[in-house]
Amino acid sequence: MPAIPDLFAKLRTEKRKALMPFVTAGDPDLAFTARVLREVVGRGASMCEVGIPYSDPIADGPVIQASYTRALEKKIKLAAILEMLGDTCPDLGAPAVTMVSYAIIYRHGVEKYCDDVASRGVAGLIVPDLPLDESAGLAKIAGERGLSLIQLVTPTTPRERAVRICETSTGFVYYVSVAGITGERTELPPDLVDNVGWLRTQTDLPICIGFGVSKPEHVRLLSPVADGLIVGSAIVKRIAEAATRPQADVLKEVGDYVATLLAALR
Amino acid sequence: MSSAAPSATSQVPDAAGRFGQFGGRYVPETLVKALEELTVEYEKSIRDQAFQTELAELWRDFVGRPSPLYHAKRLSETCGGAQIYFKREDTNHTGAHKINNTLGQCLLTMRMGKTRVIAETGAGQHGVATATACAHFGLPCVVYMGEEDIRRQSPNVFAMKLLGAEVRPVSTGSKTLRDAINEAMRDWMSSVETTHYILGSVVGPHPFPRIVRDYQSVIGSETIAQCQQKLGRLPNAVVACVGGGSNAAGMFYPFVDHTEVELIGVEAGGRSDKPGDHASPLTYGQPGVLHGSFSYVMQDEDGQTCDVHSMSAGLDYPGVGPEHSYWKDAGRVTYTSCQDGDAMKAFDACASSEGIMPALETAHAVAKAMELAAGRSKDEVIVVCLSGRGDKDAMEIARLKGVSYG
Repeated sequence: MPAIPDLFAKLRTEKRKALMPFVTAGDPDLAFTARVLREVVGRGASMCEVGIPYSDPIADGPVIQASYTRALEKKIKLAAILEMLGDTCPDLGAPAVTMVSYAIIYRHGVEKYCDDVASRGVAGLIVPDLPLDESAGLAKIAGERGLSLIQLVTPTTPRERAVRICETSTGFVYYVSVAGITGERTELPPDLVDNVGWLRTQTDLPICIGFGVSKPEHVRLLSPVADGLIVGSAIVKRIAEAATRPQADVLKEVGDYVATLLAALR
Repeated sequence: MSSAAPSATSQVPDAAGRFGQFGGRYVPETLVKALEELTVEYEKSIRDQAFQTELAELWRDFVGRPSPLYHAKRLSETCGGAQIYFKREDTNHTGAHKINNTLGQCLLTMRMGKTRVIAETGAGQHGVATATACAHFGLPCVVYMGEEDIRRQSPNVFAMKLLGAEVRPVSTGSKTLRDAINEAMRDWMSSVETTHYILGSVVGPHPFPRIVRDYQSVIGSETIAQCQQKLGRLPNAVVACVGGGSNAAGMFYPFVDHTEVELIGVEAGGRSDKPGDHASPLTYGQPGVLHGSFSYVMQDEDGQTCDVHSMSAGLDYPGVGPEHSYWKDAGRVTYTSCQDGDAMKAFDACASSEGIMPALETAHAVAKAMELAAGRSKDEVIVVCLSGRGDKDAMEIARLKGVSYG
């Protein structure tokens, strides 16, 4: 069984939920990215999301945008990111997925991208600018290589469409908590729990919630209805300090932060 | 062009927003519902006689359409060949073709029950045209504009503010049009339930490339009627500048099925043909994804968008509308580029011999038309889409020429 379905089957048996931290590849360098991945998995994260820096990320807020800009200014190339993933994913102890613009996948070659990440032990893809209607080609090619193609459902998605997205998504479905861009939020929408609860009745696919999730109280609120939670900007913001402070300190802070969220998840 | 290239048709895009292989909708899921709604309402508006009448009256009484087709006799004599005519979009209210589209999209905004408008702008012409249309209808308006463009097009920034719009500076990336589109898209991600994004060019996700082309097609349709009336025939060639490509798409589209008319699109050649020195994706780029559609784009080998350069803010863009990519691959339109220096010479020639200051964007088209005219017979007719006037560029031209302004 591919890595992500296997993970959720196991988590469900153990009545546990997943935490998936997001890390930007190459911020401040790829060696540190690899250390962060090992740190968060060591602390108990069930999956990791690796953001491939992109020059025009329209779904991302200022924190992740800035991390992409820093990485691209250091000339972090896809070839080097793939090498880091190949050195890290096979013995990471948790499935990793790449969050990557379709602009990058297309330019690299759709089949070649899937071959290249699959051969390096990556378990799946999240492509934020490839909605259901454009995704059939990539879904087929990814599926043939055992890669999960994780699709997104948002608060603006009509219910009938949400059901169709769940029918084509593999691994899990990514429920975007808010209509908006990535970034920490003090409060999450009041109808979020109900909306995810409704989706729960429509699909057996695991549901993970992301965008705006950053506080232990978010985790406690959402974990009863979700199979997993995704935390991005709150981690990327902490990693941003790694360029100017001792990396060991930053690594520990990121690990401690992940541990507080995991404690709230249990 | 390969000999196997299919011929272009005007029956595009298809239901998925494809012009041949180009176009589509590469956007976050959050925006899909709004784009679907826009597609449906736009289709309904085409068949709604009251809607079409209201837009036609606005074009006539508020914009001043039809814009004249003007014989540039002295400029033609200077070139010594074909007769050059200008389709005078510079005479429109707000000084450019952009208002054709913003009025249509404001009517769509109200039709959809949305109460706020956002827009991006490069040269500021689309920003001014959006601010103007919003003031006319009483809609609140926010315009995103790169800081570099705010510097070089300051008269338009002030105009937008006078018209009641809020201008939000964009300081990310190259601080130009591309970054302004990114920020407008991000605003729309959060505001999509109540806000319409009035995209100003034939770029972006379906249905924008079609809607903007259709509203701008009034340019080409009028040109055809005016040529028939004045000359009793169609022109031999039509020339327009291409940044995102809205004036060119509006001018070319009604001519697509008139295959005897030569169509020439002029991209910004910038300082040189080296990467980073120009903004000519159709000339030097390759197909890829940017801002929600599949089209020619300037990208590096990883798919990262490249920095581009043009002295004209309206052409300083690494992508281009998908229908232009379709026309290029089908061989229906010939795309070429014109460097900054040649465009400036054409600006000077146009100003001194015709008493018309074209926008720096438009000057690129004038330069190619002059070059083309010089090699053609006096019986031939070349129409240039004079897409905008150059008042906005006066200060930037003074800086580029190294002379004092005022």
